[in-house]
Amino acid sequence: MSVDTALTQVPASAPAEASQGSRVLRRLRRNPLAVVSFCVLTVAVVVAVFAPLLAPYAPEQTDFANTLAPPGTPGHLLGTDDLGRDVLSRIILGSRASLQVAALAVFTALVIGVPLGLVAGYFRAADSVISRLTDLLLAFPFLILAVGFAAIRGASLGNAAVAIGIAQIPGVIRVVRSDALRLKSLDFVAAAVVDGASDLWVLRRHILPNATSVVLVQATVAIPAAILGEAVLSFLGLGIQPPSPSLGTMLANAQQFAARAPWAAVLPGLAIMILALAFNVFGDSLRDALDPKANRR
Amino acid sequence: MTATAPPESLVDAPPVLDVRDLSVTFRTETGSVSAVDGVNLSLAPGEIVGIVGESGCGKSVTAMSLAGLLPRSARIDGSVRLQGQELVGARPSTLRAARGRDIAYIFQEPMSSLNPVLTVGRQVAEVLQVHERLSRREALERAVELLALVGIPSARERVKHYPHQLSGGMRQRVMIAMAVACSPKVLIADEPTTALDVTVQAGILDVLRDLRDRFGTSILVITHDLGVIADIADRVVVMYAGRIVERAGVQRLFDRPQHHYAAGLLSASPTPGRHAGTHRLQEIPGLVPVLEAQPDACTFADRCPAATARCSSAAPPLEPAPLAADVGDHPHEVACWHPRGDRPRPTVEEHA
Amino acid sequence: MRGYLLRRAWQSLLTLVLATVVVFLGVRALPGDPALALAGEDRTPEALAAIRREYGLDQSLPVQFWRFLTNALQGDLGTSIRTGQPVSSMLRTALPVTLELSLLAIAIAVVLGVGAGVVAAVRRGRPAEWVANALALLGLSVPHFWLGLVAILYLSVATGLFPASGFVPVSESVAQNLHHLVLPAVILGTGLSAVIMRQTRSSMLDALSTDFVRTAEAKGLRPRAVIGRHALRNSLIVVVTIVGLQLGGLISGAVVTEQIFGLPGFGKLTIDAVFQRDYPVIQAVVLVTASSYIVINFAVDLLYSIIDPRVRVTGDAS
Repeated sequence: MSVDTALTQVPASAPAEASQGSRVLRRLRRNPLAVVSFCVLTVAVVVAVFAPLLAPYAPEQTDFANTLAPPGTPGHLLGTDDLGRDVLSRIILGSRASLQVAALAVFTALVIGVPLGLVAGYFRAADSVISRLTDLLLAFPFLILAVGFAAIRGASLGNAAVAIGIAQIPGVIRVVRSDALRLKSLDFVAAAVVDGASDLWVLRRHILPNATSVVLVQATVAIPAAILGEAVLSFLGLGIQPPSPSLGTMLANAQQFAARAPWAAVLPGLAIMILALAFNVFGDSLRDALDPKANRR
Repeated sequence: MTATAPPESLVDAPPVLDVRDLSVTFRTETGSVSAVDGVNLSLAPGEIVGIVGESGCGKSVTAMSLAGLLPRSARIDGSVRLQGQELVGARPSTLRAARGRDIAYIFQEPMSSLNPVLTVGRQVAEVLQVHERLSRREALERAVELLALVGIPSARERVKHYPHQLSGGMRQRVMIAMAVACSPKVLIADEPTTALDVTVQAGILDVLRDLRDRFGTSILVITHDLGVIADIADRVVVMYAGRIVERAGVQRLFDRPQHHYAAGLLSASPTPGRHAGTHRLQEIPGLVPVLEAQPDACTFADRCPAATARCSSAAPPLEPAPLAADVGDHPHEVACWHPRGDRPRPTVEEHA
Repeated sequence: MRGYLLRRAWQSLLTLVLATVVVFLGVRALPGDPALALAGEDRTPEALAAIRREYGLDQSLPVQFWRFLTNALQGDLGTSIRTGQPVSSMLRTALPVTLELSLLAIAIAVVLGVGAGVVAAVRRGRPAEWVANALALLGLSVPHFWLGLVAILYLSVATGLFPASGFVPVSESVAQNLHHLVLPAVILGTGLSAVIMRQTRSSMLDALSTDFVRTAEAKGLRPRAVIGRHALRNSLIVVVTIVGLQLGGLISGAVVTEQIFGLPGFGKLTIDAVFQRDYPVIQAVVLVTASSYIVINFAVDLLYSIIDPRVRVTGDAS
């Protein structure tokens, strides 16, 4: 027996009575980064849900008396853009759009990716077909995919989300497949198979519930990626169409007068960054909390 | 008062390795865990000592702590003197100079213990390049000799091979070649044969014995396989839950185990002189406990057939065994309030 | 070894063929009649029919595909509707810009990412790891086109340290060329380095806890040798994969950066083509992107077998 196994055995047997879920929660609560990022996310989601009520102005409302007003201008906390539109209001509604796209994209990726990943990991015959499919999808990088999608179906929030989601499918398939492969080789699954359980039953009752944690971690990685993806697409004019507020279109618009009104270019970018950062930090904490090897040196 | 001359055994050469009061604790998420508690151990030149015990008894941690090979979460107290030089708390450069040159290791898993992306020759040569300042060519040349020394056929071709191209037994021989490259004074073999087939085990043990005979290397064998102990060791140390519970010459321990734990281990094991085989530890009900701190009690009391109230209220010290018969070449000591005394070791039926 | 590479080559070829079919069908699925676009002013039914005949648009899809395939294999990717130039020559001017930018960015990313990843793993639990992790998280979360905008705003426009846009070919002036590419390459590279850093860190942590690293320590090797020769070399296998994926993605992933810095590369070609419905160019761009991605992946597999001797014999990386 090696020292490493000796070390992992020692702490593993200590809190044996605590269940997986409560242990994860306990670890998360004890990690200040997890708590802070979770709070930021909660605020962001609440703001997004109640965005129309919280925004001081309608996002498209112009105020030609107050164009390019700097932050701190009375009535415009974060200033205005070239048409006198309130930057704060547009950021609030733009963040809402970002989260909508991210949620829809990740939902799409999971709905298609999880079953395919399970099947690829569980049935050898399906594996090579799905692997080729994944290769093929990977050969069309995200932007090309989104560009094609926008060209065929038109540029819109929904289409951008679906294009981003499709681009994220290979990643989901890969992690779910490898976890399914791992779970399949475990004793309890083998026991279920010996007991005559059907493949569908084994997949649904044994493999899927145990793969939840990988799926969860993958989702926390995919969400910030989708937020950034939406910003890129809207920036290029392939996502949400102006005048609807989106953080990406705000940046594209601000590019023209950035030298005179840097806040209009800097602030939406910061908003994107904070959203993505909060998801990434929370995702990291979650992964650490779920990792049974977290105690290794 | 007339001074009598001390018996021969006490004027032997000073020990190459002298461990005093060694304790190891690990910091973990849920508090600290005591893995080794107050271990005393010495190794005479050319001596082969076995440490035996179940998984988690602290034998591997003891072995790793000797050259400071534990992770940072480990805290080591006490003293480890290698040829008089203190290693506990020594500077990293001192430890590095000692590792591989004066004290060398052989690990359990010859597959994972060798780097998969370097040739075995390179891995053997590396030690010589570091400690003997040989050039890469000279070191590779020596590596060929070393592989031949540990019984690897056509060594000149083998040096160019990668670990996955060799069998388990061959890999373990490579590990040994690597360990003895600089003729270390002390060789620590942590479960050297556990991962190997029974037929390969004997060969590996022969190589180790041969090294001791030819170079006077002292060897510390860590194992849970009493067959290995019977086959190769001069003395044996029995560990339980981080403490030494008994030590004696091999023949002694096999004939008259004093501690009930040792007796349990032995009840289904071979006699000295028989080759290592499939014999594994007799099943003793229960598990080695995980301890946050070492209690003032016998840690084996929960599993012991002879436990009394005293066992749970005070830790028994390691003292000479109460035996009528001759002690032999090596002292026989036991940490037990109710040692088995002159009773012979139990048979399988008796213990079950 | 040979069997493994042959199998990978076959898989790559299969993916390439499939990708070509998808590109071909995808472009045909785009709305709008290409004949209408090609016709320009003269939109009489006769002119349209003539154009359809000329471009083979009146033939069945399989016939069209065969023609597309044979032409593409001969380097004929059609003519741009927008410029009237052969698409292949447009690619020849745009591709070097993107390739240079991508390689510079990858070089920066590898140096930063592998370096920071190794430091973070080796200094586990110390401030250095914390800083490296924080930077990596930031790098993952920052929108890079925004960083580009901010950099232009504060480093080019405000101080004039770097040109805000444009490109000078290497053949004209190496210094000028680098001067134009430094900022975009750094911005692109730092973003990629975050991913490389995290991957390096996690595989280094795995490698550092392996038995063979413990063996290396037990041999008395210096930390430099333990980390470099033993741990890092084994971690590189995973890192190479990531870098390969990134390089493949960069051919198109540099689009936004090129757009912001006004670089006449592949990305700009793509965006312009999309907005002007320049189908032959879109088709060629997607085809080149997909094939370069597939080819790079195959190259990565070749690299595996160099780094990991196990692949050479057993025929599969574990």
